[in-house]
Amino acid sequence: MRDPRRARPSDPPTSGLGWFLAGQRQFVSLPAAILMAAFVGFGGLARASGVGLPETLFLVGFVWALPSMIVVVGAIQAGTPLLATMFAVALSAARLMPMTMALMPILRGDRTPRWVLYALSHFVAVTAWVFGMTKLPDLPRSARAPYFAGFAVTLTVVNMGVAAASWWAAARLPPSAAAALVLLTPLYFALSLWRAAARVPAERLALVFGVACAPVMHALAPSIDLLLTGVIGGTAAHLAGRLLARREAAPSTEAADLTADLDGSAEGEGRR
Amino acid sequence: MSALSFHGLDAWWWPWLFLILAGWVSNDVWRLLGVAFSDRLHEASPVFAYVKAVATALVAGVIAQLILRPGGDLAEASLVLRLGAVACGFLAFRLGRDSVAIGVVVGELAFLAGRFAGL
Repeated sequence: MRDPRRARPSDPPTSGLGWFLAGQRQFVSLPAAILMAAFVGFGGLARASGVGLPETLFLVGFVWALPSMIVVVGAIQAGTPLLATMFAVALSAARLMPMTMALMPILRGDRTPRWVLYALSHFVAVTAWVFGMTKLPDLPRSARAPYFAGFAVTLTVVNMGVAAASWWAAARLPPSAAAALVLLTPLYFALSLWRAAARVPAERLALVFGVACAPVMHALAPSIDLLLTGVIGGTAAHLAGRLLARREAAPSTEAADLTADLDGSAEGEGRR
Repeated sequence: MSALSFHGLDAWWWPWLFLILAGWVSNDVWRLLGVAFSDRLHEASPVFAYVKAVATALVAGVIAQLILRPGGDLAEASLVLRLGAVACGFLAFRLGRDSVAIGVVVGELAFLAGRFAGL
Protein backbone atom coordinates (compact mmCIF):
# COMPACT_ATOMS: atom_id res chain seq x y z
CA MET A 1 0.00 0.00 0.00
CA ARG A 2 2.64 2.49 -0.97
CA ASP A 3 1.39 5.95 -1.79
CA PRO A 4 3.22 7.29 -4.81
CA ARG A 5 3.10 10.84 -3.45
CA ARG A 6 6.03 11.06 -1.11
CA ALA A 7 5.81 12.81 2.19
CA ARG A 8 8.10 15.66 1.29
CA PRO A 9 6.75 19.22 1.29
CA SER A 10 8.60 21.64 -0.97
CA ASP A 11 9.76 23.73 1.98
CA PRO A 12 10.57 21.39 4.87
CA PRO A 13 9.24 22.78 8.17
CA THR A 14 11.82 23.62 10.79
CA SER A 15 9.76 23.42 13.99
CA GLY A 16 7.80 20.63 15.66
CA LEU A 17 4.60 22.57 15.08
CA GLY A 18 5.45 22.91 11.40
CA TRP A 19 5.83 19.14 11.10
CA PHE A 20 2.60 18.61 13.03
CA LEU A 21 0.74 20.79 10.51
CA ALA A 22 2.47 19.03 7.60
CA GLY A 23 1.25 15.70 9.01
CA GLN A 24 -2.25 17.10 9.30
CA ARG A 25 -2.31 17.91 5.60
CA GLN A 26 -1.65 14.23 4.82
CA PHE A 27 -5.15 13.58 6.10
CA VAL A 28 -6.53 14.10 2.57
CA SER A 29 -5.88 10.60 1.22
CA LEU A 30 -7.69 7.47 0.01
CA PRO A 31 -7.02 5.32 3.10
CA ALA A 32 -8.39 8.10 5.32
CA ALA A 33 -11.50 8.33 3.11
CA ILE A 34 -12.13 4.59 3.36
CA LEU A 35 -11.66 4.75 7.10
CA MET A 36 -14.22 7.57 7.27
CA ALA A 37 -16.67 5.38 5.38
CA ALA A 38 -16.10 2.68 7.98
CA PHE A 39 -16.82 5.17 10.76
CA VAL A 40 -20.02 6.19 9.00
CA GLY A 41 -20.89 2.52 9.30
CA PHE A 42 -19.83 2.39 12.93
CA GLY A 43 -22.03 5.34 13.91
CA GLY A 44 -25.01 3.62 12.34
CA LEU A 45 -24.12 0.31 13.97
CA ALA A 46 -23.79 1.90 17.43
CA ARG A 47 -27.16 3.59 17.05
CA ALA A 48 -28.79 0.38 15.85
CA SER A 49 -27.31 -1.51 18.83
CA GLY A 50 -28.76 0.90 21.37
CA VAL A 51 -25.50 2.70 22.25
CA GLY A 52 -25.92 6.42 23.08
CA LEU A 53 -24.05 9.29 21.42
CA PRO A 54 -21.64 10.08 24.32
CA GLU A 55 -20.79 6.38 24.65
CA THR A 56 -20.22 6.15 20.88
CA LEU A 57 -17.84 9.13 20.99
CA PHE A 58 -16.01 7.62 23.97
CA LEU A 59 -15.45 4.40 22.03
CA VAL A 60 -14.09 6.25 18.99
CA GLY A 61 -11.76 8.50 20.97
CA PHE A 62 -10.56 6.14 23.70
CA VAL A 63 -10.57 2.76 21.98
CA TRP A 64 -9.71 3.80 18.41
CA ALA A 65 -9.58 0.28 16.97
CA LEU A 66 -12.65 -0.71 14.98
CA PRO A 67 -12.58 -4.45 15.74
CA SER A 68 -12.48 -3.78 19.50
CA MET A 69 -15.17 -1.13 19.20
CA ILE A 70 -17.40 -3.53 17.31
CA VAL A 71 -16.83 -6.24 19.92
CA VAL A 72 -17.84 -3.79 22.68
CA VAL A 73 -20.96 -2.69 20.79
CA GLY A 74 -21.87 -6.32 20.08
CA ALA A 75 -21.40 -7.16 23.78
CA ILE A 76 -23.61 -4.25 24.81
CA GLN A 77 -26.33 -5.38 22.44
CA ALA A 78 -26.06 -9.04 23.46
CA GLY A 79 -25.84 -8.37 27.22
CA THR A 80 -22.42 -10.03 27.55
CA PRO A 81 -20.96 -9.84 31.09
CA LEU A 82 -18.04 -7.46 31.79
CA LEU A 83 -15.32 -10.09 32.21
CA ALA A 84 -16.24 -11.98 29.03
CA THR A 85 -16.29 -8.66 27.15
CA MET A 86 -12.87 -7.71 28.50
CA PHE A 87 -11.45 -11.05 27.37
CA ALA A 88 -13.00 -10.73 23.94
CA VAL A 89 -11.71 -7.17 23.48
CA ALA A 90 -8.24 -8.04 24.77
CA LEU A 91 -8.10 -10.97 22.40
CA SER A 92 -9.17 -8.94 19.38
CA ALA A 93 -6.72 -6.15 20.30
CA ALA A 94 -3.67 -8.36 20.84
CA ARG A 95 -2.63 -7.65 17.27
CA LEU A 96 -1.95 -4.04 18.28
CA MET A 97 1.08 -5.08 20.33
CA PRO A 98 3.30 -6.38 17.50
CA MET A 99 2.12 -3.49 15.32
CA THR A 100 3.17 -0.99 17.99
CA MET A 101 6.46 -2.78 18.49
CA ALA A 102 7.23 -2.56 14.79
CA LEU A 103 6.35 1.14 14.55
CA MET A 104 8.17 2.48 17.61
CA PRO A 105 11.76 2.03 16.35
CA ILE A 106 10.78 4.04 13.25
CA LEU A 107 8.78 6.67 15.13
CA ARG A 108 11.18 7.66 17.88
CA GLY A 109 13.79 10.34 17.51
CA ASP A 110 17.04 10.52 19.48
CA ARG A 111 15.50 12.60 22.24
CA THR A 112 11.82 11.69 22.04
CA PRO A 113 10.61 11.33 25.66
CA ARG A 114 9.18 7.93 26.61
CA TRP A 115 5.78 9.40 27.55
CA VAL A 116 5.36 10.81 24.05
CA LEU A 117 5.78 7.31 22.62
CA TYR A 118 3.24 5.91 25.10
CA ALA A 119 0.80 8.68 24.19
CA LEU A 120 1.27 8.25 20.44
CA SER A 121 0.89 4.47 20.71
CA HIS A 122 -2.81 5.08 21.37
CA PHE A 123 -3.22 5.97 17.69
CA VAL A 124 -1.79 2.70 16.39
CA ALA A 125 -4.49 1.10 14.23
CA VAL A 126 -4.28 -0.10 10.67
CA THR A 127 -4.61 3.22 8.80
CA ALA A 128 -2.21 5.30 10.92
CA TRP A 129 0.18 2.36 11.20
CA VAL A 130 0.48 1.94 7.43
CA PHE A 131 0.94 5.71 7.17
CA GLY A 132 3.73 5.64 9.76
CA MET A 133 5.53 2.63 8.34
CA THR A 134 5.57 3.99 4.78
CA LYS A 135 6.04 7.76 5.22
CA LEU A 136 8.14 8.26 8.32
CA PRO A 137 11.36 6.58 7.11
CA ASP A 138 11.81 9.44 4.58
CA LEU A 139 11.75 12.13 7.26
CA PRO A 140 14.44 13.38 9.65
CA ARG A 141 14.14 11.63 13.04
CA SER A 142 13.21 14.77 14.95
CA ALA A 143 10.26 15.37 12.58
CA ARG A 144 8.68 11.92 12.82
CA ALA A 145 6.80 12.11 16.14
CA PRO A 146 5.12 15.49 15.43
CA TYR A 147 4.38 14.52 11.81
CA PHE A 148 2.75 11.26 12.90
CA ALA A 149 0.86 13.06 15.68
CA GLY A 150 -0.51 15.61 13.20
CA PHE A 151 -1.89 12.89 10.96
CA ALA A 152 -3.14 10.56 13.69
CA VAL A 153 -4.81 13.17 15.90
CA THR A 154 -6.58 14.69 12.88
CA LEU A 155 -7.75 11.26 11.77
CA THR A 156 -9.17 10.50 15.22
CA VAL A 157 -10.89 13.84 15.78
CA VAL A 158 -12.43 13.94 12.30
CA ASN A 159 -13.73 10.40 12.69
CA MET A 160 -15.31 11.27 16.04
CA GLY A 161 -17.25 13.90 14.09
CA VAL A 162 -18.05 11.41 11.32
CA ALA A 163 -19.33 8.80 13.79
CA ALA A 164 -21.41 11.42 15.63
CA ALA A 165 -22.95 12.68 12.37
CA SER A 166 -23.80 9.19 11.21
CA TRP A 167 -25.18 8.24 14.65
CA TRP A 168 -27.41 11.30 14.43
CA ALA A 169 -28.39 10.67 10.80
CA ALA A 170 -29.11 6.96 11.23
CA ALA A 171 -32.57 7.50 12.73
CA ARG A 172 -33.47 10.12 10.10
CA LEU A 173 -32.51 8.11 7.05
CA PRO A 174 -34.82 5.90 5.02
CA PRO A 175 -34.50 2.35 6.44
CA SER A 176 -32.71 0.98 3.34
CA ALA A 177 -29.99 3.65 3.58
CA ALA A 178 -29.59 3.06 7.32
CA ALA A 179 -29.30 -0.69 6.68
CA ALA A 180 -26.67 -0.01 4.01
CA LEU A 181 -24.69 2.01 6.58
CA VAL A 182 -24.74 -0.90 9.03
CA LEU A 183 -23.59 -3.21 6.24
CA LEU A 184 -20.56 -0.96 5.52
CA THR A 185 -18.68 -2.15 8.60
CA PRO A 186 -18.64 -5.93 8.00
CA LEU A 187 -18.08 -5.36 4.28
CA TYR A 188 -15.14 -3.02 4.81
CA PHE A 189 -13.61 -5.31 7.42
CA ALA A 190 -13.96 -8.52 5.48
CA LEU A 191 -12.25 -6.97 2.46
CA SER A 192 -9.49 -5.03 4.18
CA LEU A 193 -8.59 -7.96 6.43
CA TRP A 194 -8.53 -10.32 3.46
CA ARG A 195 -6.21 -7.91 1.74
CA ALA A 196 -3.99 -7.40 4.78
CA ALA A 197 -3.64 -11.18 5.17
CA ALA A 198 -2.30 -11.55 1.63
CA ARG A 199 1.07 -13.05 2.47
CA VAL A 200 0.18 -15.34 5.36
CA PRO A 201 -2.02 -18.36 4.48
CA ALA A 202 -2.81 -18.97 8.17
CA GLU A 203 -4.49 -15.57 8.45
CA ARG A 204 -6.76 -16.13 5.47
CA LEU A 205 -7.62 -19.53 6.92
CA ALA A 206 -8.33 -17.79 10.23
CA LEU A 207 -10.80 -15.48 8.47
CA VAL A 208 -12.55 -18.41 6.79
CA PHE A 209 -12.55 -20.60 9.92
CA GLY A 210 -13.76 -17.71 12.06
CA VAL A 211 -16.73 -17.06 9.79
CA ALA A 212 -17.50 -20.80 9.70
CA CYS A 213 -17.17 -21.28 13.48
CA ALA A 214 -19.23 -18.27 14.53
CA PRO A 215 -22.76 -19.66 13.95
CA VAL A 216 -21.82 -23.03 15.47
CA MET A 217 -20.34 -21.46 18.60
CA HIS A 218 -23.32 -19.16 18.91
CA ALA A 219 -25.62 -22.18 18.93
CA LEU A 220 -23.44 -24.01 21.49
CA ALA A 221 -22.51 -21.21 23.93
CA PRO A 222 -24.01 -17.81 23.08
CA SER A 223 -22.36 -15.90 25.96
CA ILE A 224 -18.77 -16.77 25.04
CA ASP A 225 -19.23 -17.57 21.35
CA LEU A 226 -16.72 -14.99 20.08
CA LEU A 227 -14.03 -16.17 22.44
CA LEU A 228 -14.54 -19.79 21.39
CA THR A 229 -14.63 -18.76 17.74
CA GLY A 230 -11.28 -17.02 18.16
CA VAL A 231 -9.55 -19.80 20.06
CA ILE A 232 -10.90 -22.76 18.07
CA GLY A 233 -10.90 -21.12 14.63
CA GLY A 234 -7.55 -19.43 15.22
CA THR A 235 -5.82 -22.55 16.56
CA ALA A 236 -7.11 -24.63 13.66
CA ALA A 237 -5.99 -21.98 11.17
CA HIS A 238 -2.57 -21.66 12.78
CA LEU A 239 -1.98 -25.43 12.71
CA ALA A 240 -3.30 -25.77 9.15
CA GLY A 241 -1.13 -22.83 8.09
CA ARG A 242 1.98 -24.46 9.52
CA LEU A 243 1.10 -27.72 7.80
CA LEU A 244 0.63 -25.95 4.46
CA ALA A 245 3.87 -24.01 4.80
CA ARG A 246 5.71 -27.22 5.61
CA ARG A 247 4.23 -29.14 2.69
CA GLU A 248 4.94 -26.32 0.24
CA ALA A 249 8.55 -25.94 1.30
CA ALA A 250 9.32 -29.65 1.43
CA PRO A 251 10.94 -31.64 -1.33
CA SER A 252 11.27 -34.98 0.44
CA THR A 253 14.96 -35.05 1.43
CA GLU A 254 15.75 -34.70 5.13
CA ALA A 255 17.94 -31.66 4.64
CA ALA A 256 15.06 -29.87 2.94
CA ASP A 257 12.79 -30.74 5.87
CA LEU A 258 15.24 -29.14 8.23
CA THR A 259 15.30 -25.85 6.35
CA ALA A 260 11.52 -26.01 6.00
CA ASP A 261 11.30 -26.06 9.78
CA LEU A 262 13.54 -23.04 10.02
CA ASP A 263 11.45 -21.18 7.46
CA GLY A 264 8.28 -22.18 9.24
CA SER A 265 9.39 -20.51 12.44
CA ALA A 266 9.94 -17.22 10.63
CA GLU A 267 6.82 -17.28 8.49
CA GLY A 268 6.00 -13.62 9.09
CA GLU A 269 9.33 -12.46 7.75
CA GLY A 270 8.21 -11.00 4.45
CA ARG A 271 5.73 -8.71 6.24
CA ARG A 272 6.48 -5.34 7.71
CA MET B 1 -29.13 -10.65 30.43
CA SER B 2 -26.33 -11.47 32.83
CA ALA B 3 -25.90 -9.51 36.02
CA LEU B 4 -22.74 -7.66 35.06
CA SER B 5 -23.63 -6.74 31.50
CA PHE B 6 -23.65 -3.14 30.19
CA HIS B 7 -27.28 -2.70 31.23
CA GLY B 8 -26.85 -4.97 34.27
CA LEU B 9 -26.52 -2.40 37.08
CA ASP B 10 -28.89 0.47 37.63
CA ALA B 11 -26.32 3.17 38.42
CA TRP B 12 -25.26 6.12 36.27
CA TRP B 13 -21.57 5.27 36.56
CA TRP B 14 -21.83 1.59 35.68
CA PRO B 15 -22.04 1.90 31.85
CA TRP B 16 -19.03 4.22 31.92
CA LEU B 17 -17.02 1.85 34.12
CA PHE B 18 -17.96 -0.91 31.68
CA LEU B 19 -16.75 1.17 28.72
CA ILE B 20 -13.52 2.18 30.47
CA LEU B 21 -12.61 -1.38 31.52
CA ALA B 22 -13.88 -3.35 28.53
CA GLY B 23 -13.16 -0.69 25.92
CA TRP B 24 -10.28 1.54 26.84
CA VAL B 25 -8.17 -0.53 29.28
CA SER B 26 -8.56 -3.94 27.59
CA ASN B 27 -7.57 -2.40 24.28
CA ASP B 28 -4.85 0.15 25.08
CA VAL B 29 -2.95 -2.24 27.36
CA TRP B 30 -1.58 -3.92 24.21
CA ARG B 31 -0.34 -0.65 22.76
CA LEU B 32 1.39 0.27 26.03
CA LEU B 33 2.97 -3.19 26.21
CA GLY B 34 4.01 -2.76 22.60
CA VAL B 35 5.97 0.38 23.49
CA ALA B 36 7.42 -1.27 26.61
CA PHE B 37 8.69 -4.27 24.62
CA SER B 38 9.47 -2.43 21.41
CA ASP B 39 13.20 -2.93 21.70
CA ARG B 40 13.13 -6.60 22.78
CA LEU B 41 10.54 -8.68 20.92
CA HIS B 42 9.58 -8.68 17.29
CA GLU B 43 6.79 -9.49 14.90
CA ALA B 44 8.32 -12.61 13.37
CA SER B 45 8.03 -14.71 16.53
CA PRO B 46 5.76 -17.81 16.29
CA VAL B 47 3.86 -16.81 19.45
CA PHE B 48 2.69 -13.65 17.69
CA ALA B 49 1.73 -15.60 14.59
CA TYR B 50 -0.53 -17.71 16.81
CA VAL B 51 -2.02 -14.77 18.74
CA LYS B 52 -2.68 -13.01 15.46
CA ALA B 53 -4.44 -16.07 14.02
CA VAL B 54 -6.70 -16.27 17.09
CA ALA B 55 -7.45 -12.54 16.91
CA THR B 56 -8.17 -12.74 13.18
CA ALA B 57 -10.59 -15.65 13.66
CA LEU B 58 -12.29 -13.69 16.44
CA VAL B 59 -12.73 -10.62 14.27
CA ALA B 60 -14.00 -12.87 11.46
CA GLY B 61 -16.54 -14.21 13.95
CA VAL B 62 -17.64 -10.63 14.67
CA ILE B 63 -18.04 -9.99 10.93
CA ALA B 64 -20.12 -13.16 10.57
CA GLN B 65 -22.28 -12.10 13.51
CA LEU B 66 -22.86 -8.67 11.97
CA ILE B 67 -24.06 -10.27 8.73
CA LEU B 68 -25.95 -13.28 10.10
CA ARG B 69 -27.57 -11.68 13.16
CA PRO B 70 -27.49 -7.91 12.53
CA GLY B 71 -29.12 -5.21 14.64
CA GLY B 72 -31.43 -2.40 13.58
CA ASP B 73 -32.55 -1.79 10.02
CA LEU B 74 -30.21 -4.34 8.51
CA ALA B 75 -32.24 -7.10 10.20
CA GLU B 76 -35.15 -6.13 7.91
CA ALA B 77 -33.22 -7.26 4.83
CA SER B 78 -33.36 -10.97 4.03
CA LEU B 79 -30.41 -13.23 4.81
CA VAL B 80 -30.10 -14.04 1.09
CA LEU B 81 -29.68 -10.34 0.27
CA ARG B 82 -27.13 -9.75 3.06
CA LEU B 83 -25.02 -12.71 1.99
CA GLY B 84 -25.51 -11.93 -1.70
CA ALA B 85 -24.41 -8.30 -1.31
CA VAL B 86 -21.27 -9.34 0.56
CA ALA B 87 -20.56 -11.99 -2.10
CA CYS B 88 -20.94 -9.37 -4.89
CA GLY B 89 -18.62 -7.03 -2.99
CA PHE B 90 -16.03 -9.75 -2.55
CA LEU B 91 -16.21 -10.73 -6.22
CA ALA B 92 -15.76 -7.10 -7.35
CA PHE B 93 -12.90 -6.72 -4.86
CA ARG B 94 -11.13 -9.74 -6.37
CA LEU B 95 -11.81 -8.63 -9.97
CA GLY B 96 -10.69 -5.09 -9.10
CA ARG B 97 -7.22 -6.21 -8.04
CA ASP B 98 -8.07 -6.35 -4.34
CA SER B 99 -9.33 -2.76 -4.20
CA VAL B 100 -11.26 -2.35 -0.96
CA ALA B 101 -12.98 0.78 -2.32
CA ILE B 102 -14.34 -1.04 -5.39
CA GLY B 103 -15.53 -3.97 -3.29
CA VAL B 104 -17.29 -1.76 -0.76
CA VAL B 105 -19.03 0.35 -3.41
CA VAL B 106 -20.22 -2.66 -5.46
CA GLY B 107 -21.36 -4.53 -2.34
CA GLU B 108 -23.35 -1.52 -1.17
CA LEU B 109 -24.90 -0.95 -4.62
CA ALA B 110 -25.87 -4.62 -4.82
CA PHE B 111 -27.47 -4.34 -1.40
CA LEU B 112 -29.46 -1.20 -2.31
CA ALA B 113 -30.53 -2.74 -5.65
CA GLY B 114 -31.75 -5.80 -3.76
CA ARG B 115 -33.70 -3.65 -1.32
CA PHE B 116 -35.40 -1.88 -4.21
CA ALA B 117 -36.26 -5.27 -5.69
CA GLY B 118 -37.90 -6.11 -2.38
CA LEU B 119 -35.44 -8.76 -1.17
